[in-house]
Amino acid sequence: MTVIKDAVCSFCGSLCDDITVTVENNKITKIENACILGHSKFVGMLEHDRIETPMIRKDGELVSVSYEEAIEAAAKILVNSKRTLSYGWCSTSCETVSGAIQLAEETGSVIDSTANVCHGPTALSAQEKGSPSATLGEIKNRADVILFWGCNPVHAHPRHMARYSSFSKGLFTEKGRRGRKMIVLDVRKTDTAKLADKYVEIEQGSDLLLVTALRSIINGHGDVIPETVAGVPKAEILELTETLENAKFVCIFFGMGVTQSRSKYKNGDAMSSLISDLNQHTKAVMIGMRGHYNVTGFGQVATWETGFPMAIDFARGYPYYNPGETGANDLLVREEPGAAIIAAADPGAHFPQKAVRHLARIPVIQIDPYPNPTTELADVVFPAAVVGIEAEGTAYRMDAISLRMKKLIDSKFKTDEEIIKDLTEKVRELKRGA
Amino acid sequence: MSEILIKNASVCDPVQGINCETMDICIKDGKIVESVSSNAKVIDAEGRLTMAGGFDGHTHSAGKINVGRFINPNDARKNPVPGLSGQVARTEKTRAQVGYNTPNTYAIGYRYAKLGYTTICEAAIPLLAARHTHEEFKEIPILDKMGLSLFGSNWQVMEYIRDKEPEKLAAYVAWGLRASRGYGIKIVNPGGGEAWGWGKNVSGLYDPVPNFDVTPAEILMSLAEVNERLKLPHSVHVHCNNLGKPGNYATTIETMKLFEKIKLSRDRQALHVTHVQFNAYAGTSWRNFETGAPMVADYVNGADHLTFDLGQVIFGPAVTMTADGPVEYANARMLHEKWSNQDVELEDASGVVPLFYSPKSFVNAVQWAIGLELALLVKDPWKVMFTTDSPNGGSFVNYPEAFTYLMSAKRREEVISGFSNMALDRMVLPGIDRELDFYELAIMTRSTQSKMYSRPEKGNLKAGSDADIAIYDIIPGQIDPSTEYVKVKKAFSGAAYTLKDGEIVVKDGEIEATPKGRIYWVNAKVPSPIDSAMQKDIDIKFRKYYTVSKANYMVEDVYLQKPVEIATEGVF
Repeated sequence: MTVIKDAVCSFCGSLCDDITVTVENNKITKIENACILGHSKFVGMLEHDRIETPMIRKDGELVSVSYEEAIEAAAKILVNSKRTLSYGWCSTSCETVSGAIQLAEETGSVIDSTANVCHGPTALSAQEKGSPSATLGEIKNRADVILFWGCNPVHAHPRHMARYSSFSKGLFTEKGRRGRKMIVLDVRKTDTAKLADKYVEIEQGSDLLLVTALRSIINGHGDVIPETVAGVPKAEILELTETLENAKFVCIFFGMGVTQSRSKYKNGDAMSSLISDLNQHTKAVMIGMRGHYNVTGFGQVATWETGFPMAIDFARGYPYYNPGETGANDLLVREEPGAAIIAAADPGAHFPQKAVRHLARIPVIQIDPYPNPTTELADVVFPAAVVGIEAEGTAYRMDAISLRMKKLIDSKFKTDEEIIKDLTEKVRELKRGA
Repeated sequence: MSEILIKNASVCDPVQGINCETMDICIKDGKIVESVSSNAKVIDAEGRLTMAGGFDGHTHSAGKINVGRFINPNDARKNPVPGLSGQVARTEKTRAQVGYNTPNTYAIGYRYAKLGYTTICEAAIPLLAARHTHEEFKEIPILDKMGLSLFGSNWQVMEYIRDKEPEKLAAYVAWGLRASRGYGIKIVNPGGGEAWGWGKNVSGLYDPVPNFDVTPAEILMSLAEVNERLKLPHSVHVHCNNLGKPGNYATTIETMKLFEKIKLSRDRQALHVTHVQFNAYAGTSWRNFETGAPMVADYVNGADHLTFDLGQVIFGPAVTMTADGPVEYANARMLHEKWSNQDVELEDASGVVPLFYSPKSFVNAVQWAIGLELALLVKDPWKVMFTTDSPNGGSFVNYPEAFTYLMSAKRREEVISGFSNMALDRMVLPGIDRELDFYELAIMTRSTQSKMYSRPEKGNLKAGSDADIAIYDIIPGQIDPSTEYVKVKKAFSGAAYTLKDGEIVVKDGEIEATPKGRIYWVNAKVPSPIDSAMQKDIDIKFRKYYTVSKANYMVEDVYLQKPVEIATEGVF
């Protein structure tokens, strides 16, 4: 029996690194400190069906083949495709992302991450107005006013409030929750909102209006605010502004309610300006509630290796970036890719119909531990070890702090990193032959 | 066993006192040696200028620069220095490249190598985010790398200073260097990072840090003493308080004076003050802003305990990035620019803001002049390291352009002729006729660094040193840098040869090979009882305040490419 301490949970962007895992006979038998989501990932890994062997679609059916055969078939798809979409890469390690970027570069592909349907607009707003942020420990130790805007950590990041935000205690926040004001802004009274001191319900798609109203008041133009904004009475907005201005340290955590609703990146853009304005009165920062445990890592690695965080087109030989044109869905909706390689993500379940229809028409390579709707579209399938459980590697928390994920048990499956390396080698070999 | 003979090199190697003498250089297995066999591969330098590989001792090249890339995708397409910037497609030998001020990692390696540089020192590693810095280091090809770890607003540091625990403080710093695999102590706006945690700043050396009851002066002195106690290879590396504010030259001189009393434990400076251009401002507001360089240079000329680097401004776009959080917020508000901030729990702050230096702005023109004034008014080039604090003053790819300012009064005159009278009234540069020669330039770009960082195998061409060598297409004696600055710039922009560990990595300004560089880090030994006592204190920090566990804080070996551990023995 081995007890592994300080394991990093590879589920959500909170990347809790205090998990204790007991391993007996190469099986995880006990998990301590994990939340229900993390726990079910560690446990579910054993209980759920896995993709057992590499597969190739023959006569409409996926049939088991050798690893070498699958690598050969996948490499042929990549070499023969004039325009390949490489997508996903957020529930895997940074080392894998690095390999995937090199493969995309060598094959002139477009590579994009799940941010395309998530926090992509957050990147765009940072490119407009910057990203005034802090590590999560700053919130734990200093924040006396915390806003959750368009996010629901109770369900999406269950330990967030205990470890980093509402309930956490630190040097200047000894009273924890009792010393803090917790505010939730959302379109419905979520379970997170039920825990808040103040819940502000706003009309769907009107976030930008409310942020702009807050900025106006903070900058001394409260007189121009109408009686209600975004369905919120002016008196309530004034009260909210007062709370923010009188705080010692404010953090706004924001989620997809902000990034994927009406006005998209303009919401984050305005929020960044709000944070800048608030710093004339107090200390304020903002942090995006990133979902996949390493979606932040994809952005980091892509940025240092290509200069851009997502939607990177290598067709010209150098990285070209124009989200709206080079994003995964942009390409698919235009029916542009001749093939796709998809890892650690499930566009088959999450992309719009038109995009999925195109995926169904083209050769698709999938790398994943588990079958999912994308498997139904795939022509070559590689089973992979689960990163953070069966494979080690680096991941970035939502506040851009990187941590080393451990390998907890042995696996018969290849790691994502190995698969990408072998595939790249085979592509080079075929290209040399050609 | 690979052998190379470089024949007919016009060697400029100030560490050995060699000033453009024609001689041969022998290389065996990556090192410079006295002689080689007749089987050695011959490179005929044809009398061209030959120096040790350049060494940039203060550059933002891994970690925070990624925020700069992230918020400035427009930088990727900028190409103001063709051959050394912009988008470049991948080749069989090289990865795809983008960018100017914030190039991708591959471009950083290739472009420094093209300039004949072979070693860089990252200016700031936050301990908690050190893993990230090393991940980027791994993807920077060719160059040897090291980085300086931030200690200037660290809770544990400030508490040990307040509680008068110098031994535990030393043990903590040694541990922090080990945790972050850092090379030395970086102090940025001492105490200011913690004040910025509350949106505030410290105003000078004796303004106490909120809640910690220590002053910036105490932080500086205590860390300097630790630096000597641990016998670290570099001195403390200080970004002074009040950066970017008119009148700050006084704080800078005051800071320098503090270090006169430091007793050295090894043969190097007691203090390195970084990017002094940003800290040599006179006047009391932006209205009456003027150069403070003469006062700073005057003090430095009479002092022998310090080195400094320039932080030279290059006109055009730049990206400022620093652990000085309050400065970046002030920049963003003043310039109406986008603002990124990243405060690091228990440790420090940081920010990133893009800006544009225009010769039409009198403030920018004076800033440009101040860097050059510092370089030219300080008599001893061994005290000076050339930098642009890349990319704060401008991208490192402009070094060849800046060299022409240092070597040619005529070239300076050309630039100055575009300035307003108001700008001219606020600077002393037009009255300076000093022009550096190749020997002095080599000191500021290589030799000072070798001594400053105690890397005797770097920045010189002695037998036994690393065979990191740059050959530039210049025949000393047949060129007059004061008039032929176009040729000088061209030669320094693309080395005829750059050798890294005896391997040709650049030929005729193009990349030939992309070997992996080393990582230098310092492991300072501390007696185990002191270390254990310190560990108990930081265990509390991890249990109560950090959001990562201690075990996951330390940078693992797997992140270090070709690591070189520099061991020192602390005095306790």
